[in-house]
Amino acid sequence: MTVTNTLKKATPKKSKTVRQSYWQLAWWRFKKNRLAVVGAVIVIGFYVICGLFAEFFAPYSLAHLSDYLEAPPQQLQFIDQAGNFRLRPFVYGYSEVVDMQQMRRFYEVDTSVTYDVYFWVRGEPYRLFGVIPGDIHLFGTDAANPDAHLFLFGTDRLGRDMFSRILYGGRLSLLIGLIGQLLTLIFGVTLGAISGYYGGLVDNLVQRSTEFLSAFPDIPLFLALAAAIPPQWSPIAVYFMLTIILSFVRWGSLARQVRGLVLSLREREYVLAARSFGSSDRAILFRHLIPGTLSHVIVIATLSIPGMILAETALSFLGLGLRPPLTSWGVLLQEVSTVRAIRFAPWLLIPVPFIITAILGFNMLGDGLRDALDPYSRN
Amino acid sequence: MLAYIVRRLGYAAIMLVLVSLAGFFIIELPQGDYLQIRLAELRARGDTSADERINALRVRYGLDRPFLERYGIWAFNFVQGDFGEAFEFERPVSEIIGQRLGNTIILAVAVLLVTWIVAIPLGVYSAVKQYSIGDQIITTISFIGLGIPGFLLALIVMYVAVVVLDQEVGGLFSREFRDAPWSFARVLNLLRNLWIPALIGSVTGSAALIRIMRANLLETLGQPFIESARARGLRNATVNWKHGVRIAINPLIVILGSEALPSIIVGNALVAIVLNLPTLGPLFVNALQKQDMFLAGTILVFFTVLLVVGNLLADLLLVWTDPRIQLD
Amino acid sequence: MTQTSTLSTPQVTPSQPLLEVRDLKVQFDVQRGTVRALDGVSFQIQPGTTLGLIGESGSGKSVTARAIMRLLAKNARIVSGDILFKQPSQDPNQATNQDAVNIIKLDPNGKHIRTLRGGNIAMIFQEPMSSLTPVYSAGVHINESLQIHTNAKRTVGAQLEWAIKHTQKLSNSEARRIAINLLDRVGIPRAAQSIDSYPHQLSGGQRQRVMIAVALSCNPSLLIADEPTTALDVTTQSQINSLIKDIQQEYNMAVLYITHDLGVIAEVAQDVAVMYLGRIVETGQVDDIFYAPKHPYTQALLESIPRLGKVRGERLSTIKGMVPDPFSVPSGCPFHDRCPQMMPGLCDVTVPSLKHVTANQQAACLLYEDSDDVTLSSHQVDMTHTTSESQLSGSQVSGSQVSGSQVSGSQPDESHV
Repeated sequence: MTVTNTLKKATPKKSKTVRQSYWQLAWWRFKKNRLAVVGAVIVIGFYVICGLFAEFFAPYSLAHLSDYLEAPPQQLQFIDQAGNFRLRPFVYGYSEVVDMQQMRRFYEVDTSVTYDVYFWVRGEPYRLFGVIPGDIHLFGTDAANPDAHLFLFGTDRLGRDMFSRILYGGRLSLLIGLIGQLLTLIFGVTLGAISGYYGGLVDNLVQRSTEFLSAFPDIPLFLALAAAIPPQWSPIAVYFMLTIILSFVRWGSLARQVRGLVLSLREREYVLAARSFGSSDRAILFRHLIPGTLSHVIVIATLSIPGMILAETALSFLGLGLRPPLTSWGVLLQEVSTVRAIRFAPWLLIPVPFIITAILGFNMLGDGLRDALDPYSRN
Repeated sequence: MLAYIVRRLGYAAIMLVLVSLAGFFIIELPQGDYLQIRLAELRARGDTSADERINALRVRYGLDRPFLERYGIWAFNFVQGDFGEAFEFERPVSEIIGQRLGNTIILAVAVLLVTWIVAIPLGVYSAVKQYSIGDQIITTISFIGLGIPGFLLALIVMYVAVVVLDQEVGGLFSREFRDAPWSFARVLNLLRNLWIPALIGSVTGSAALIRIMRANLLETLGQPFIESARARGLRNATVNWKHGVRIAINPLIVILGSEALPSIIVGNALVAIVLNLPTLGPLFVNALQKQDMFLAGTILVFFTVLLVVGNLLADLLLVWTDPRIQLD
Repeated sequence: MTQTSTLSTPQVTPSQPLLEVRDLKVQFDVQRGTVRALDGVSFQIQPGTTLGLIGESGSGKSVTARAIMRLLAKNARIVSGDILFKQPSQDPNQATNQDAVNIIKLDPNGKHIRTLRGGNIAMIFQEPMSSLTPVYSAGVHINESLQIHTNAKRTVGAQLEWAIKHTQKLSNSEARRIAINLLDRVGIPRAAQSIDSYPHQLSGGQRQRVMIAVALSCNPSLLIADEPTTALDVTTQSQINSLIKDIQQEYNMAVLYITHDLGVIAEVAQDVAVMYLGRIVETGQVDDIFYAPKHPYTQALLESIPRLGKVRGERLSTIKGMVPDPFSVPSGCPFHDRCPQMMPGLCDVTVPSLKHVTANQQAACLLYEDSDDVTLSSHQVDMTHTTSESQLSGSQVSGSQVSGSQVSGSQPDESHV
């Protein structure tokens, strides 16, 4: 009895130290890679600013409608008309101009009106994470002046502040990448591991379905599935359906890779040892085999999140994905899909650099993670 | 060899049936079909003959039958060359697709050429001159290129053209050539308009290809047979191209097969939509949205056919270029 | 202290050496610093003889071979030294009295070194499995070599003459005939069919035979064999080695045979050079090295081979310690910390240089510092090399290494060659 006890104690302890040193080494390699660290900062920054605290960073809520429709961005000013430098930034107001020839109105800068920009201002109330109430915004205009407005990236057709919409839109776009990838991981890793570990009928079934999935052209499949979402569904249902579609199309290749890894890990000594101690299949699978594929899976996951985000953006842009009143980066871009919009309200394109930055951030992070975690599997 | 091809084609045929069945199912998933929507529309407009016409279509394509039967009728007609009717256009699917097929192929070939002509030399240079300034520039650009999908780039290009340059963009032909018969001037006009979409459509592919080419060639150049070739007194260029690139490019053939051929159908659909190009991609997306099922289904089947054929061709090409690979 | 030359070996044969390596120093720049891969390597190869270069992995054998071929990695630097190669002229009128080429001075990507590579100096490698380009048949490899070198080797005049006599280029059928003959010569069965075999269709031994055929195709005067049998099984090993021996005699080639296997050396080589940590520690004829090793490293190496007739149950002796980390090469004699006969205060301070222990045998060991034989040979050398030798000795005694600028070998001595 005592013998088995010590054995049981010794095994996890030993494996823990081994794993720690591996992760420490990986962390050390990762820190040395400047590009990867920049990528990590970008990604974390996006998730913190858009994902967690958009209410705080955005001066307006999504529901806020101003009277200024398709107003151009206001530029932050530091030097007033008299030529004096002011530490407190301010913006000029708009004056409406009507172009009778083109039958449209637009806004010009009115230098006679200035609105000061304040930090840490009280504004529209919100609930952080849906619970914590607050009304402090990072920046905004004087709440006492109801005319004051601040549209750093301009406004859209309904007079909504683009800056705020981009932050809120990022939340949905980034989240769909994360949740979709999580679903893909759960599908792919579980099925891949089971298929690799048990073999036989299960393996055959999983193998055939991944093959079928890979034979199916993925772009048309995306489009067709997305088009099949009934238009009368609620936005939230559409959101989840889209997430499921995105992950459904992609779990196959991950399952195949995990299966391959598990097949090779299954023959390792520590698995044989665990089996000879009488560990159950499930314990071996979830304690030893799946953790063994972890580093590989993390790398694949990080490198495929940008694809998810882009797929959402593209589908929503086409009108097949998320629809208003949801706000995502793709939904924002949908408003600028006409030449007219590009010509008269080019600031509606401002989400583009945000999307590209987020994608590059993920790619840098993913490349860095691959170099750090899987130093021998380049490309 | 022949037996292999026959077996692969048989397998492909089974795959095609399964994919088209699933595709048909997915396309029909939304409630109601195009004809119902259309009928309501025509009735509202007071079109009296609508019921009759639409019912005739319904019977002809068996839309009143159960799913499998519906699919069977369509598949049976399909094999005989009747792809059904594109309801939205009230014309046969084959005619609608035929109108756009030429443009689509021209664009796809242009994208393909630009992608490979740009990517292969840059990837090779990047690997041969590893860590040089040129390599670093190429690596950086390809990294950024990978992060900018074609349709976002197309939006940026539209912005530059419309707002900065104040120019008309979109389409493959200028207005005066759009419906003109083919002539030398029309070809020139096509080339003038083609290069922007071709360039935009090739960015992501080029970026990916540069990275793959670089990594493959770096790995190949580290192999002993490269040193052994140099030890035989070959020029560096001969070593790099005849013994390096020749080996490193083999895996790319698979990419050529699985991406290039199918891309003729819906590749660059998003770019084409943004740039308003008369190709099949936008047609497919539109057909899906409008539930124009036969049009969407036909395009889907064509896409799958090209995917299967492309994969088969790639495998045969690979056997031809790499003696180590055996058919089995 | 008398310093002897590392440059001359009193050979019985009056001929000039085919290849002479003098005080070759090669460094690798790596992230952690600089590795002195070769730290003053000198040896000679006479025409038509085999020099076996033996040493543990990491001793610099392969670096030496690649330095001769100028095939060193990008981060390698030849700091100093000379590699003098007597390139046979293709023009029969100028065959005699030709100055040797200093390979160090050639542009590593230039035309001249390329005519040497594969043309005059051929090389076969450790991994026959992957030394042939997988998508080309055996014939393509041989043909490629033939096409490059048949024209390039000749001077312009000779080329013209040759061109008049023959067609301008080696015709494909002619090349194929030569290739089949070569494959047949190296023992490839059914050469006429095997010429179209791809590497993966050949066994390891056959691939090495093809490599040898490629090497022979241009009738080189020196063959560098870098562990050619290490990756092969034992039977194949001895077949390949006897093939190398046969063709050496037949083609009157010199061979630089690199290996870590003492048994192979005994089989193929006439002369032996023993390397340790980037230096030659002992040279001599094969019998002397095997039966009367002088350097403690060579002695230890020989004692670690299992032999028939040894007492049963006796333990094989091993060399104590490990080959030192290349970043922390010991001061003084690089072997001192593993040496059973280490002399404290001397061996860990002074770097020994190669000197004659007997007429045909040199060792770099302080045990033989005041051996009587030394004076005999160092005599003639000292006359011509006083200045450079004193520089060399000065730097070596101090234990620090010579930087590229002030090394004897960088001033080639014409009178000596």
